[in-house]
Amino acid sequence: MTDVAGAMGAGRPDPAGNRPTLDERRLRRRYAAERRFKAYGIVAIGIAMAALAWLLFSIVAQGYQAFVHTHIKLEVFFDAQQLDPSGRNTPEALARGNYGAVYKSALRDRFSDVRKRRDRRALYSLLSQGAEDDLRAMVLSDPSIVGTRKEVWLTASDHVDMLLKGKIDRDRPERERPIKDRHLAWIDSLIADGKVETRFNTRFFSAGASREPELAGIRGAIMGSFFTMMVTLLLSFPVGVGAAVYLEEFAPRNRWTDLIEVNINNLAAVPSIVFGLLGLAVILNFFGVPRSAPLAGGMVLALMTLPTIIIATRAALKAVPPSIREAALGIGASKLQVITHHVLPLALPGILTGTIIGMAQALGETAPLLMIGMVAFIVDIPTDPLSPATVLPVQIYLWSDMPERSFVEKTSAAIMVLLGFLVVMNAIAIYLRRKFERRW
Amino acid sequence: MNKHIMFAVAAAASIGVATAAQARDQIRIVGSSTVFPFSTAVAEQFGKSTQFKTPVVESTGSGGGLKLFCAGVGVQHPDVTNASRRIKKSEVDRCARNGVKAITEVKIGYDGIVLANSRKAKPTEITLKQLFLALAKSVPADAEGEKLRDNPYKMWSDIDPSLPKRKIEVLGPPPTSGTRDAFVELAMEGGCKQFSAIKAMRKKDKKRYKAICHGIREDGAFIEAGENDVLIIQKLVANPNAYGIFGFSFLDSNADRIQGTAVDGVAPEFETISSGEYPVSRSMYFYVKQAHIGVIPGIEEYVGEFTAERAWGPDGYLVDKGLIPLSDADRKKINAAAMSGAKLSM
Repeated sequence: MTDVAGAMGAGRPDPAGNRPTLDERRLRRRYAAERRFKAYGIVAIGIAMAALAWLLFSIVAQGYQAFVHTHIKLEVFFDAQQLDPSGRNTPEALARGNYGAVYKSALRDRFSDVRKRRDRRALYSLLSQGAEDDLRAMVLSDPSIVGTRKEVWLTASDHVDMLLKGKIDRDRPERERPIKDRHLAWIDSLIADGKVETRFNTRFFSAGASREPELAGIRGAIMGSFFTMMVTLLLSFPVGVGAAVYLEEFAPRNRWTDLIEVNINNLAAVPSIVFGLLGLAVILNFFGVPRSAPLAGGMVLALMTLPTIIIATRAALKAVPPSIREAALGIGASKLQVITHHVLPLALPGILTGTIIGMAQALGETAPLLMIGMVAFIVDIPTDPLSPATVLPVQIYLWSDMPERSFVEKTSAAIMVLLGFLVVMNAIAIYLRRKFERRW
Repeated sequence: MNKHIMFAVAAAASIGVATAAQARDQIRIVGSSTVFPFSTAVAEQFGKSTQFKTPVVESTGSGGGLKLFCAGVGVQHPDVTNASRRIKKSEVDRCARNGVKAITEVKIGYDGIVLANSRKAKPTEITLKQLFLALAKSVPADAEGEKLRDNPYKMWSDIDPSLPKRKIEVLGPPPTSGTRDAFVELAMEGGCKQFSAIKAMRKKDKKRYKAICHGIREDGAFIEAGENDVLIIQKLVANPNAYGIFGFSFLDSNADRIQGTAVDGVAPEFETISSGEYPVSRSMYFYVKQAHIGVIPGIEEYVGEFTAERAWGPDGYLVDKGLIPLSDADRKKINAAAMSGAKLSM
């Protein structure tokens, strides 16, 4: 400061007749240095923003199409012979109907000139196996359509979907693309009749994992993440806050508490795969928690989140001014009353922020789950913390390594969903801080 | 809040006493990442078409899977393991030590390992010998392979003028991968033993022979690109000069962007791999723990689904996923053996 003031003073011609030109140059250099320094900062922010924008753009550009899927409209005869051969008309009997035969005969009716067995197989591949599920859902919601003829939209196969989304180049030589010339002829005829449409892909949000890209959904992974996060929260929040309150408010300052403090800080820096190994050795092999269960995953992630919560909570407790504690003690409150009535409520926004950030970190973690069997193909949607499950980041990892091309967009779409959850969690953290924060 | 969660968490967290491993009603499968795409397809079909729960399939690698599989008998251990190579004698012994005595072996089909590059570049033809010379750590200095030297080849055309005038740049799987094991054994060793002096060494000094034939160069010409084959393909598309090594199913589903290199004059195609003409192909297996049949419901039915014509036959759904089927006679024989629970003996 004094330097700047001196330089400013030297700018004016002074009575001693010093050289003002030189000082002016010095002054200009100082300003230039300051401008350069500002420019470095702007460049740094620019690089960071560009990286983020590029990341988001590439993910969205690759993945936005996964939220829609191609459907084909066909006139289907809901043949009672196939769907309800016993004639009982109960939901159980209807659920077991041969829906494959129904959509296949609808395709044969539409393209009645296809006769050879091989050609017919190719024709059936226009539609996904999911078409059976579509038909089953229609019949179960309205059994009276059995025996009638109706035009309905059915899920197309992933190759047809890729073609219509422009991911398969139809000008390539025939042997280089999964869609052959005869498929193209059929699809073009359907398009000409206005029987092809892309519709919102509800399956992506309602189905579990699948080997067929058009049937794969993230509901299983979302539920798995939900149960895992619940276990993590229920374990790490009370333990973390308890530990922090003791260390901050009750513990004497001695060598032992210093040692504990150092260890907590170190624990926060331990690579997450180490927690996975610990989980395998202790939680699975010693406690006998079933492999792949969200309970095991949640316990491992709770260990990982604990240091974050303890450190954030201690910082929040420290930020409560001592005058509040002293005032409460001064009018006769007990130590417990001071903490539960005054300190904790005032520190809560900081504690919650720390917890949510810790949870968001845990939500994006895959490495520790590898060891405890949560990196697996699991079709059934988990219903409780003991049924096998996987989590969102693991689902992204598994999809990214699938040979089928359509999984590329599914991967990006799942990343968008995961990012969405992270943004929501961080927004909640910011909201809580804004709402409850008090300044002294 | 769900009472179940609260209870489970409280039970596990507060007491810290072993929660008894409960009975399992779901098949657990571990093993090779190469067999994973097929195994998961069967598991999904099995779950849809039977009243059993869909099996859980973990991708742990062939070796990792067999380790878990051989750890013992009981519900906490997996029932089936997939492998992109045959079980080793040492693994059978390990299994036996842990009480896993009766194992059924099921061979499911073939997988070709391909050397591929971007369609933007010209297709290449290569021999196993040239491939060995391009990728080995040390190569013969003379025609017989008496003397060895560090691999001096920088360009493909340094090895043979018929090969492209481009830098040698090959992206491949890391040593933990079964694909790498198979590539080294089939392609590298296949080219290596064409040198008579090295071949003669096999009998005298097996260790040295292996070190020469299985050693991949580490000077940057061979790039370990991780287990993710999709990533390798993306890199190949971006860099037309590079080649990649991965399973045939990835070539098959990306045939519009990459092309396979013909090895010893045989192009990697469905027909050439299934007939055994293409030199770099391997068999895939899965192993079933007999002691779990009858304890975990549905194991026999799962084996039945896998070995049914609608799955592994020439028109089956696994072929759509890239499996190269066994011959009709082999399928019949293996299906019969698998369903009768034939025990593996080595």
